Amino acid sequence: MTALARTVHLRRDFGTTRALDGVSLAVQPGEVVGLLGANGAGKTTLIRLLLGLLAATAGHVELFGAAPSPSTRRDLGYVPQGLGLYEDLTVRENLAFQSATYGVDPAPLDGDLQAVADTVVSDLSLGMRRRVAFAAALGHRPRLLVLDEPTSGVGPLGRADLWDTIHEAAKGGVGVLVTTHYMDEAEQCDRLVILAGGRQVAAGTAAEVVGDRQIVEVATRDPAAALACLEAAGLLALPAGRRVRVVSSDLDRVDRALQGESGVGDPRLVPATLEEAFMAAVAADPVAA
Amino acid sequence: MTFGLEGVTVRFHDRIALDHVDCRVEAGRVGAVIGPDGAGKTTLARVLVGLVRADTGQVLRPGRRLLGYQPESAGTWRDLTVAENFAFVARTRGRGDDLDARIDDLVESTGLGAATDRLAGDLSGGMRQKLAVAMAMLPRPDLVVLDEPTTGLDPVSRADVWRLLSRAAGEGAAIVVTTAYLDEAERADHVVVLDGGRVLVHGTAEAIRASFPGRLVAGDHAHEVHPSWRRGRAWRTWVRPTAAPDGDAGPDGRDLEPDLEDVVMAAAIRRREQAA
Repeated sequence: MTALARTVHLRRDFGTTRALDGVSLAVQPGEVVGLLGANGAGKTTLIRLLLGLLAATAGHVELFGAAPSPSTRRDLGYVPQGLGLYEDLTVRENLAFQSATYGVDPAPLDGDLQAVADTVVSDLSLGMRRRVAFAAALGHRPRLLVLDEPTSGVGPLGRADLWDTIHEAAKGGVGVLVTTHYMDEAEQCDRLVILAGGRQVAAGTAAEVVGDRQIVEVATRDPAAALACLEAAGLLALPAGRRVRVVSSDLDRVDRALQGESGVGDPRLVPATLEEAFMAAVAADPVAA
Repeated sequence: MTFGLEGVTVRFHDRIALDHVDCRVEAGRVGAVIGPDGAGKTTLARVLVGLVRADTGQVLRPGRRLLGYQPESAGTWRDLTVAENFAFVARTRGRGDDLDARIDDLVESTGLGAATDRLAGDLSGGMRQKLAVAMAMLPRPDLVVLDEPTTGLDPVSRADVWRLLSRAAGEGAAIVVTTAYLDEAERADHVVVLDGGRVLVHGTAEAIRASFPGRLVAGDHAHEVHPSWRRGRAWRTWVRPTAAPDGDAGPDGRDLEPDLEDVVMAAAIRRREQAA
C-alpha cells in the first residue's frame, strides 16, 4: 500500500538554522496521524514542505507516491488555523467557489450547514465556521487532509461533531494529518509523531507514547514553594491544585529536593498523562532543551 | 479574602452573556474558568475587574489599586522594552519598597533575563505572555485576573505560565484565569466550566471527575439509544443512572473511568436536551 504522504530523512535549513532534521514519517490511507511539538519544533515547516510550498534541503517528500506538484495538490485538503474562508461570502458561495476551483460539482450540504447556507460566514459561530472550513476542504474528495488545530476554541458538542467528520473521512480511506497543542485532540489520533528541535523524538499511539512512564506526585500546602525547590534541583514540575507533579520517576531525587519543606506529603509514583509524556520527550531532547 | 461573582447575569441587548454565574476564588488559590470561544469567559473577567456591569448578582473585588488584570492577548506595551514595561508598572501601581529587587526576581523566574532590552512586541508569544503575567503580579495585587494567558502557546510555554500563576497564588493573591484548554483544569484549585454563558460544571478537577452521573461504557460503535461520543476509534457510551432501572442492563462493554472531557460532554448533552 502506497502511503498518501511520506517524508524520508527530510531536512530543511533556513540559513544556519536547521528547522527539520531527518524526519521520516508516513500517513497511510484511513489513518489519523497527530503531529505534536513545541513552537519552533518544525511542525509548520513540515506542513509547508508537504503542501509543496517549500523545497527540502535534503531528503524528500512524496505525496501519493510522487513529488509534490500542482496535480498532487488536487488530492489534498487543507484547513489552516485561520480557516481560510471568505468571511464576506455566504456558506453556499464559499463552498461553490471551492468546488469550482477544483472543477467538481458542489457536494450537497448536510442538515446543519443547509440551515445556514445563505448566512455570511463572518456571522457564524466559530464552531460552525470550522464545519464550513471542513466541508470546503473535503468538497473535492481529497485523499489526504491536513488540519491545523482543527477543534480549537469549539464547544464540547461541536468538537464531537468535528471529530465525527474527521473519523468518518478516515473510515472512507482519507489519510489525516493533524497538528495540535491540545492533548485531547492528540488522544483522538490513531498515531502520534512528536517533534522537538526539528527532530522526531517520540512516535506511536497515545498509549505507546505514554507507555508505562510514571511521574512523581506530591501533595503540598504550598505548591509555589515546592515548585521553586524542585526547579532549583533541576526538576521539571507542574502545579496541579494542591499537588505538584514532577516529570521524573526518581522518587529519591524529588524527596531530596523537597527536604526541609514543611507541609509536604510523601512523594508517590503515579502514571504519567500524555501531556507529561510529551514534556518528558521534548525535555529529553538535547538540542531542544 | 474571597473574591468572585455570585449569581451574576449580564445582558448585551437581547443576548444573555452570563446567566446566573457563580465563580469564587480565595486568597492563595487559582480558579480556572474554562470554555470555548463565545462561552462568556472574557465577559466574566471584565465583570470581575469592573469593566462590565452585572445586571443582577454580586461582584466581590478589591479596590482598583489592589487589582491586577491582563486583558486577552494584551497586557504589555509592545513598543516598550521588557525592562521599561516592568518599570512603568512599578512606578504607577507598585506596592512595597523592594520593587527593584522584585523586578529582578520576576525577570529571573520568567527566563526573560537575556531579553530585558528587547521590545515586548519582538518577543515570542510565550515570552510575551510570561511578561504580561509577571507584570500583573508585580504590584502584589490581592486579586489577579488573567484572560486567556495560555491561548496559542505550546504545552511547554503553557507550563511556564502555570508555574508563574502558582507562584502568584503562593504570594497570597487570589487568581482567576480563563482558558479554552480543558487540559488545564487539572492545574487549578477550582474550575468553572462555562458554555453559552452558563456554568456547565464546577469544583475541583477531582470532584468534577467523580460527579459523572451514571456509567461510561466502552464500545466500538455509537449506541442506538444512549448518547455516545468518540475517543479515537473507540466510542464511549453514557448510561444515565435513571436509564435502565429494571430489566435492561444497558450496553455491553467494559466500564471506563470518566475524565473531565466525559463529564463536560455529558453536561453539554443534558443542557441541550433541557433547552429542546
